[in-house]
Amino acid sequence: MSVDTWRKIIVASVVHVAFIAFWWLSVIVSDIPEYILPTPWLALQTLGTENYNWVFHFAATAQEIFGGYILALVVGVAFAAVFTWSRRLDETLMPLLVTLNMIPKVAMAPLFIVWLRFGIETNIVITFTICFFPILLNTARGLREVEPDLLDLVRSLNGSRWQLFIKIQLPGALPYVFSGMKVATVLAVAGAIVGEFIQSDRGLGWFMLVTQEALNTDAMVMALLLVTLIGVILYGAVILLERTFVVQDARIE
Amino acid sequence: MSQSFVSLQNVRKVYRTRNEEFEAIQSVSMEINAGELVCLVGPSGCGKSTLLKILAGLHPHEGGEVRIGSLEEPFDPSRDVGMVFQQPLLLKWRRILENVLLPAEILGLPMKASRERARGLLAMVGLSGFEENYPYELSGGMQQRAAIARALVHDPKLILMDEPFGALDALTREKMNLELLRIWRESQKTIVFVTHGIQEAVFLGTHVAVMTAGPARMADYFDVDLPEDRDLDIKTHENFGEYTRRIYKLLDMD
Repeated sequence: MSVDTWRKIIVASVVHVAFIAFWWLSVIVSDIPEYILPTPWLALQTLGTENYNWVFHFAATAQEIFGGYILALVVGVAFAAVFTWSRRLDETLMPLLVTLNMIPKVAMAPLFIVWLRFGIETNIVITFTICFFPILLNTARGLREVEPDLLDLVRSLNGSRWQLFIKIQLPGALPYVFSGMKVATVLAVAGAIVGEFIQSDRGLGWFMLVTQEALNTDAMVMALLLVTLIGVILYGAVILLERTFVVQDARIE
Repeated sequence: MSQSFVSLQNVRKVYRTRNEEFEAIQSVSMEINAGELVCLVGPSGCGKSTLLKILAGLHPHEGGEVRIGSLEEPFDPSRDVGMVFQQPLLLKWRRILENVLLPAEILGLPMKASRERARGLLAMVGLSGFEENYPYELSGGMQQRAAIARALVHDPKLILMDEPFGALDALTREKMNLELLRIWRESQKTIVFVTHGIQEAVFLGTHVAVMTAGPARMADYFDVDLPEDRDLDIKTHENFGEYTRRIYKLLDMD
């Protein structure tokens, strides 16, 4: 890694540590009661409480987030691909999809509970719904953006529609796919947690509701930190994949 | 007398929108022999790019006749045309060698032989050692060299270039002109080169076709009587000045 990369990593680490220190100090200095805002240390200590079942809830939420996200990635890219193949389908359905995208997906959660059965699958569906659109719309845009001269080049060689798709459009759209994926990471976490708020018997979001009743703020904060951690892991994985598969020059920052 | 390689007779091209007709080319006739380097020079909107697309088989023409090749040596537009554009249009995600191989892949040519050929072409355009680089690691001029190698990889008979050096700075452009002449001599291809650089057209062409806009037609077509083996000194040759003046006059710029 270059000196510049190391510098960035160090700066990022320092800022994170500084933030936690600021939180800690604020709580101590201002004498906030711990049921309002616990210190980071107090929150961390709840990990030792056995009947909190952290691993179980962490796994449940992670399953919803990753499950819904991966499903949205597969279906979103597939839809976008179908749209580039059929201009008519694109013209017919795209306006509808843009409107559907305007529906606050979170507000559909109560309906999903009516339509689907109680459980983790429903939260996967909610996460999927919220992640699907940014991935679909970004990918579709990426697939459409082909230089007209490049199109001429392929046509002059009598290249097939499939060759154009597989050699030019799809790899060209990859940076856009990742752009949509990055937007979707934040949404995925929100989707899963809202789902758990509304219906669930497990997961970190559900756990927060339960601990709230007992005003165990330290456990709530810890749950929030763990949810964030899942988000960070997901985002990190996406960045890692992007660095592996997209040439530096083509990345959309 | 043997038949010319490319023959255009009164070629006309009209673009139609819903309620309008736009005459992109009123009339163009020319004969191009194999191995010539013909420059099409003219202002924007004179139909020179359109003519190139007709030659590439991308656009149908309206009237007149277009013949390329002959019965003895038939011409297959998909296999026998190489194209170079103003932008290199290299695929960002492919290394240079893979970029050069794109036409061979699309045409389904044997890859092993094509790979060898691509390496040879990269050497010819002066890009030995850059086979495994990505396009962004190369300068604009080098990218355009790679694009030229790509246009040659399937060994086409006719190379069509649409202002290939138009986006380069003046110095790089001069250098690329010299390079193109060398590549043309080594590859012995027939090249049709579109430009709006008058000096460039005379410097490069064995023949120059002057096209004017409104109406878009061919105003002149002449042989360039300058030594085959050209370098930058040719620009001080008295014929060179005469040819450029002749074009300026036709384009109403004197």
